[in-house]
Amino acid sequence: MAQTVIDTANHIAAYAAKAARVQVIAAYPITPQTSIVERIAELVESGEFDAEYIRVESEHSAMAACIGAAAAGARTFTATAAHGLVLMHEPMHWASGSRLPIVMPVANRALGPGWNIWADSTDSMSQRDTGWIQFYCADNQEVFDTIIQAYKLCENERILLPAMVCLEAFILTHTYMPVKIPDQEKIDDFLPHYKPNWILDVSNPLSHGNILSPEWYMEFRYMMQESMENAKQLIPEIDKEYSKHFGFEHGGLVDKYKCDDADLILLTVGTIGSEAKVAVDNLRREGLKIGSARIRVFRPFPKEEIRKLAENAQMFAVIDRGISFGMEGFIAEETKASLCSQNDRPLIAGFIAGLGGRDVTFKTIEKIAKKSAEWMQRGRIEKETVWVDLKE
Amino acid sequence: MLKEIRIHGRGGQGAVTAAQLFAHAAFLEGKWVQAFPYFGAERRGAPVKAFARISDEPILVHSQIYNPSHVIILSPSLMQVVNVTEGLKKDGLVLINTTKKPEETDLTDWRIATVDATGIAIQLGLLVAGFPVVNTAIVGAFAKATGEVKLESFLETIRQKWSGSAGEKNAKAAEIAYERLVKGW
Repeated sequence: MAQTVIDTANHIAAYAAKAARVQVIAAYPITPQTSIVERIAELVESGEFDAEYIRVESEHSAMAACIGAAAAGARTFTATAAHGLVLMHEPMHWASGSRLPIVMPVANRALGPGWNIWADSTDSMSQRDTGWIQFYCADNQEVFDTIIQAYKLCENERILLPAMVCLEAFILTHTYMPVKIPDQEKIDDFLPHYKPNWILDVSNPLSHGNILSPEWYMEFRYMMQESMENAKQLIPEIDKEYSKHFGFEHGGLVDKYKCDDADLILLTVGTIGSEAKVAVDNLRREGLKIGSARIRVFRPFPKEEIRKLAENAQMFAVIDRGISFGMEGFIAEETKASLCSQNDRPLIAGFIAGLGGRDVTFKTIEKIAKKSAEWMQRGRIEKETVWVDLKE
Repeated sequence: MLKEIRIHGRGGQGAVTAAQLFAHAAFLEGKWVQAFPYFGAERRGAPVKAFARISDEPILVHSQIYNPSHVIILSPSLMQVVNVTEGLKKDGLVLINTTKKPEETDLTDWRIATVDATGIAIQLGLLVAGFPVVNTAIVGAFAKATGEVKLESFLETIRQKWSGSAGEKNAKAAEIAYERLVKGW
């Protein structure tokens, strides 16, 4: 029978790895991810989780070991955060270029210096060009469900790319919430054993990561791009199929809330998107036609969905818990890029909020929304990028 | 109905576990729950905060608690260094682990209740690295003070969390604190 557990999103991620029948885990600890791989180590040690746990000396080595394991045909898992993630940057390209369906939770944490262990999405969003699919979660249930969904997606022949499943430092990683864990049998039906078409195998040798001349390199990169495009179709399908089996649906690419008649739409990521629903309800009571669209998938970026949302909205207020220095917030940038070819575009203002774990409450979001509504009435924005609650 | 509880303690007293006990016990009563610590630079003895939310509806809020329904103070010495009642709602409860009676505390504006949770923990030998762990006693006292989470739910949670004699000792701590709570109203 399905079982409800109350636990931190980190422990839930460990249970998801077990439920996915992951065969190899290679990981190096880093706050605030550590309790994911710590719990997995306990489960493997006690024999409850039948998997190979490889201890390594760095995150770079963790990813290298994952690449080897996945290439040998194993369902493979690791987890990291912040500096550990950016240390992985080089082999991450290897994982995606080799078309290996590795799944990796990333506990979104600020990069130092100044040293900071709290929530910030700059770590994972700065990895956007590595060819990894990127999911962002808003609660513990979504962490569990997305890890299962990610394997289903990544192992699909039309995808064969690795994926990150991002959860914000402490706000999710160390927060206890109830999560329904479905029956193992039903998960096994949904996510059957991984059967790759080719594997590294001593009895059937083949080359792996060989030289690729200018004559063919582009074609291989085109195929990766095609797979990303395919993912835009498959992610909502898999989310729907999952909900048919287990009852939870998370919005596919974009979790939309009261957007249908909204003049003003808040574009958010992660738990800010959950908190934004509270702000939307409060402001609707005051008569503002507002909605919230939580970007659940950052790569591939759901530009078609953004265009659809833009058709009826007068304004987008984009909230980023991350910054691309010298430009603006990641989601603000991508939103504008998605809309620049459209004729009728809503006004777009970017809001940088919550960097390094500064709390973003529904009241903060209401303030952002009210400022945006004012600009929407006037028909122009006063500032392209607003740093929210900045001490000046 | 959303109830938000803020727990002030010192590292080692079990504030984070106390917040978890709230979540588990209220979940047994069919509520939606959330529990989380504020992570700073924790070390034994340093001021720490932990939070619990209990609601009849799914909880969408993930930010910290600024206007708690109730506050729980595991170490009265914190009242000199932390504004423990900051943002506390008017009809809120202040539950303090102290040997003092409610009228002997400096607080007057809220419903004050006290219990000697440290004494109970020492009496039962609930010590970790020499520190009395007061979380199981304090939740029992909370059950008596508000009735918002039942003692039985806490006892069941405690027995699920710790098996055997540890579970029984901690359950006993909750029961004794339930009996010994002193209400100031």
